[in-house]
Amino acid sequence: MSKRLLVLISVLLALAILFTGCSSPSTDEGDKNSNGTPGGQTTGKKILRTNNSSEPGSLDPALAQGTHESWILENVFEGLMTFDENGNLVEGMAESYEVSDDGLTYTFKLRDGIKWTNGDPVTAHDFEYSWKRALAPETAANYASILYYIKGAEDYNTGKASADDVAVKALDDKTLEVTLEAPTAYFLELTAFYTYFPVNKNVAESNPDWAKDPSTYVSNGPFKLVEWKHNDQVILEKNPDYYNADKIKLDGIDLDILEDQNTAWQKYQGGEYDLLVDVPTSVVNELKTKNDPQLQIGLQVGTYYYNVNPKVKPFNNAKVRKGLALALDRETIVEKITMGGQIPATGVVPPGMKDENGNDFRESVGDLIKYDPAEAKKLFEEGLAEEGMTVEDFNKQGFVLLYNTSESHKKIAQAAQEMWRTTLGIEIGLENVEFQVKLNREQSGDYQISRAGWIGDFMDPMTFLDLWWSDSAFNDVKYNNPEYDALIRQAKSTNDQNVRMKAMKEAEKMLMKDMPVIPVYFYTQPYTVKPNVTGIIKVPVRYPIITYADITG
Amino acid sequence: MAKYILKRFALGIVTIWAVITITFILMHSVPGNPFATESRKIPPNIMENLMKKYGLDKPKSEQYIMYLKNIAKFDFGESMKSDSETVNQIIARGFPVSARLGLQSILIALIFGPALGAIAALYQNKIPDYVAMIISIIGVSVPSFVLGSFLIQFVATKVEWIPIGGWGEFRHTLLPSFALAVMPLARFSRLMRSSMLEILGQDYIKTAKSKGISKFAVIMKHAVRNAILPIVSILGTTVSDLVVGSFVIEKIFGIPGLGQFFTTSVFNRDYTLIMGVTVFYALVLISAMLLVDIAYMLIDPRIRLTKEGH
Repeated sequence: MSKRLLVLISVLLALAILFTGCSSPSTDEGDKNSNGTPGGQTTGKKILRTNNSSEPGSLDPALAQGTHESWILENVFEGLMTFDENGNLVEGMAESYEVSDDGLTYTFKLRDGIKWTNGDPVTAHDFEYSWKRALAPETAANYASILYYIKGAEDYNTGKASADDVAVKALDDKTLEVTLEAPTAYFLELTAFYTYFPVNKNVAESNPDWAKDPSTYVSNGPFKLVEWKHNDQVILEKNPDYYNADKIKLDGIDLDILEDQNTAWQKYQGGEYDLLVDVPTSVVNELKTKNDPQLQIGLQVGTYYYNVNPKVKPFNNAKVRKGLALALDRETIVEKITMGGQIPATGVVPPGMKDENGNDFRESVGDLIKYDPAEAKKLFEEGLAEEGMTVEDFNKQGFVLLYNTSESHKKIAQAAQEMWRTTLGIEIGLENVEFQVKLNREQSGDYQISRAGWIGDFMDPMTFLDLWWSDSAFNDVKYNNPEYDALIRQAKSTNDQNVRMKAMKEAEKMLMKDMPVIPVYFYTQPYTVKPNVTGIIKVPVRYPIITYADITG
Repeated sequence: MAKYILKRFALGIVTIWAVITITFILMHSVPGNPFATESRKIPPNIMENLMKKYGLDKPKSEQYIMYLKNIAKFDFGESMKSDSETVNQIIARGFPVSARLGLQSILIALIFGPALGAIAALYQNKIPDYVAMIISIIGVSVPSFVLGSFLIQFVATKVEWIPIGGWGEFRHTLLPSFALAVMPLARFSRLMRSSMLEILGQDYIKTAKSKGISKFAVIMKHAVRNAILPIVSILGTTVSDLVVGSFVIEKIFGIPGLGQFFTTSVFNRDYTLIMGVTVFYALVLISAMLLVDIAYMLIDPRIRLTKEGH
């Protein structure tokens, strides 16, 4: 009998060995990886080791959609413009550019001697091809809308026009001419965004699957992709042919793909990472109280807010919405609940963006929302009275705050619920659903208050203010104010920063007077860096930039 | 026997078809789509392009028939969330990893679980019994994410040779295999203990003892052999659960296995991947159950199907 059990066990054992054999190709890579483990520099090479937290869906710049892809792409590709080692926007693939007087036509001259990793020269034709490729309806690029600033781009992407109607043209190998739909003050910065990165025309045309495998992957940036083990690791190596290779101190970057924040933190602590971006909240708080110099709290252009559905009485009343907004003690929320160094929201536009005088836009507009319980109660009750309701009526409605399931959203929602209860005497229930269900209910207007957030794409207040113009696809609350639209239109009509900024400042004030959304806090990006790593820079609109990092000692 | 296996095989195909149909209906009745992301909404016209690219603009019935046709060819299609791999590639890459981990932990559980249970039964209400049962109660009640985090915190960070997470060498598999093994090990030992106790009270054990057979031989030949049967009968489901991977353990230890996709594909509404992993799991489960039934027949002559009666 036990012989038979023995047989069973040995069969399992054999199977285990079989599968061990199956997965052995990855074993040698594991060895390579372990060279770099504690203390690291055994090979004498400077390899920055960190965690990319999720598997990239695609490393094709046209198909990428988030930081888990862009953080890699920004190191292996370079656009016409780029961020330098001081975080300034400078010429990248472009050597120079000219802007026409009406602000509509940009003419870029490319650098000499810029090459793809396969040796081909980078040409203006590559750029023309890449942008049109990202706009092609059959490419179905998620982020195609960021190219809509180019004349004819939206019509091509939505199938109303052809590729020839898109106003981007390579005049010769070195000259690219782009005509925009309207003056766009931040267009240069957009050319540093990953959807604007070039791809090698010959490669992409001859092999549609080029971006799926490192062996066929061709890029033009400071690093090149050498290995991509799905759900495990991405390895980048310095590109010696990069025109600015002198500025690149690292020999390579090893990015793990490890989703668990706590395990990643253990690896950082154990010396297996030089840098960690996605730090667990509890750790951030602990390092903050200890004033640990490894912790950096970077600015991020993002706002966490609540949508208020104006279709539901009494939320149609601005005083009611304003009362809800003023009743939130944001200081307490960031200090006691989120604890990641977030900043209490004083408007919808987060700090970090400059106005026409080079001052911070947020500061020059000033605080548009504050915590004021007395004023909150007064406004809220006035508003209710205008709608013919009392607090009792309000409480009988069974209104709820809808949020997508997550521990931190829940804690913030509970705090808001309690603050509204104590300040305004109202009862608002909480309801958590999966984020897709939340999106669905927001779209169909089936909510009263719902959690939302927005991360900006470029360093201009427009990346936020644009959300609430009446035609915006992202305008969940269907805010519709012709005066607001007029201000946005004005800001979009010119490159004159004086006019633009004045209009946008007005617009933000108007928005916060109507309060269609209730801002809660501005996101920040905490990350930790080992003391021997230098040159990591943080541009608010980007993940920490590791391209120019150096490892000493 | 051959007839029986053939019958089971046909039944398996019907089961798979039912699984496909139910999964298809369920996944399409949940709100959402594969392209929505938490951080950003997609404008309607771009959504249209995406729907068209993945054939989701076609009527549901057409999509269903297409699925059936492709699955019949073992082609699970393109993942809607990952542009770099097809569903077949994802399964082919993830399964060997999860299977290796699963088989290692089944081995641990099979070696130590029944032994622990047998010892507990033989020393019923004595100290070894209490120790074994405390171990198994802890094993059953401590969730794997707690155990995984505990192991990382107190073993991996202390022992240089054991990595904190990742995949590649044998040493990477130690902690996750152990973390995965604890639950089935505890379950096996409890099952073994109770069935052993029952059998030790049976007449034929007394008979065997009174015949003067050595105690060891009685236990090994008569008691263990019969007591192991309940474990064999749950082995099919346990093995198939373990070899397709565990979401929690894979996430905590950063293991590129298949287990995570059972959860993430649903969150992402990655329809093709949901279908792919579900059908794959059904296949593994059905084959494991069949194998177990065959093993059962080999171990226990009382249930040989071909010769009814004896």
